[in-house]
Amino acid sequence: MPDAKPQRLSPLQLFLIFTRIALTSFGGGLSGWFMREFVQTRKLMSEEEFLNGLAIAQALPGVNVTNMAIWIGYRMAGRNGAIASFLGIVVPPAFTVVLIGSIFASFSQYPLSHVALDGAASAAIGLSLAMGLTAARRVSRKLFPLMIMAATFVAIGILQWPLLWTVAAAGSLSVAVTYFDT
Amino acid sequence: MPSLAWSILLVFAPLSLVTIGGGQGAVADMHRQIVDVHQWMTATQFVDAFAISRMAPGPGSLLATLIGWQIAGFWGALAATVGIFGPTAFLIYGVARLWERYEGARWQRALETGLRPVAAGLILAATYILLQAMAGGWIARSIALISTALLMLTPVNPIVLIAAGSGCFMALRLLGLI
Repeated sequence: MPDAKPQRLSPLQLFLIFTRIALTSFGGGLSGWFMREFVQTRKLMSEEEFLNGLAIAQALPGVNVTNMAIWIGYRMAGRNGAIASFLGIVVPPAFTVVLIGSIFASFSQYPLSHVALDGAASAAIGLSLAMGLTAARRVSRKLFPLMIMAATFVAIGILQWPLLWTVAAAGSLSVAVTYFDT
Repeated sequence: MPSLAWSILLVFAPLSLVTIGGGQGAVADMHRQIVDVHQWMTATQFVDAFAISRMAPGPGSLLATLIGWQIAGFWGALAATVGIFGPTAFLIYGVARLWERYEGARWQRALETGLRPVAAGLILAATYILLQAMAGGWIARSIALISTALLMLTPVNPIVLIAAGSGCFMALRLLGLI
């Protein structure tokens, strides 16, 4: 079946979905949550469509998570969808972080809370890794894209080069070659 | 809005535009601006705020909101949040619109196809760094890998995995194993 587009969510629904994800995503991995929610569970976007958006959201300046929320929101419900998704992913957790910050003095006395969080974070890495592996599996099986992927991984993960320049260099090289190659 | 809040906005807005990836790169710049340049917080206060932002659910960059709140209350929090997310929110919104208008154009397909291997490399690198830096040693790594496998192979709800990871760690701590 080609990508049919009956996939309309109202801005309110988008706001509630992003709020729920924002408030339950202890330990990070939010973009992985998005993929889970919109691609696998609700089947509102194809994996292809999600990964294309993710590539843009990663390459543009800005925090990936909010970029991706705005991207998804816009595709689902236009301008109001983008606004609702952005507000959902930012505003409720903003209140939460201030609340936790205000009660931190009492919170930090329980070392178990740190242990609980470390455990949550280790499971949450699974969300990022599963998304990374899905993205890698969907890179076309040709030498050049695979080399770009490996080079980006080594530059950032192992050599720890600055993100901005690595993305600018690898991105423009890869896009240029793709453009003239097709 | 008080003038301190305006200053906060002017500090965070440029940081927004050099943020890329998960936003971790901006933390060092925030530290320099907030602690060294403007001396709005001490280094210890900054580290505490960073720890709290990691503990709270939601985007890690809400560190900015918390810093704004601690420096200047409600208006500070609002200014920092708008500063760190605002400029780039408009940017991605503009790009999303362009994407819709030129759906299927050659340059658009080249950008999507060309950027995908970069994005995949970035995500895997970020995950690799997290795996290396994670507290809890091999137990944490095993949980991460089991969680990955379950996510890829089953329709499990992530919240179950996160609660299980958390519960595992607490149980092991109570038994004195970590």
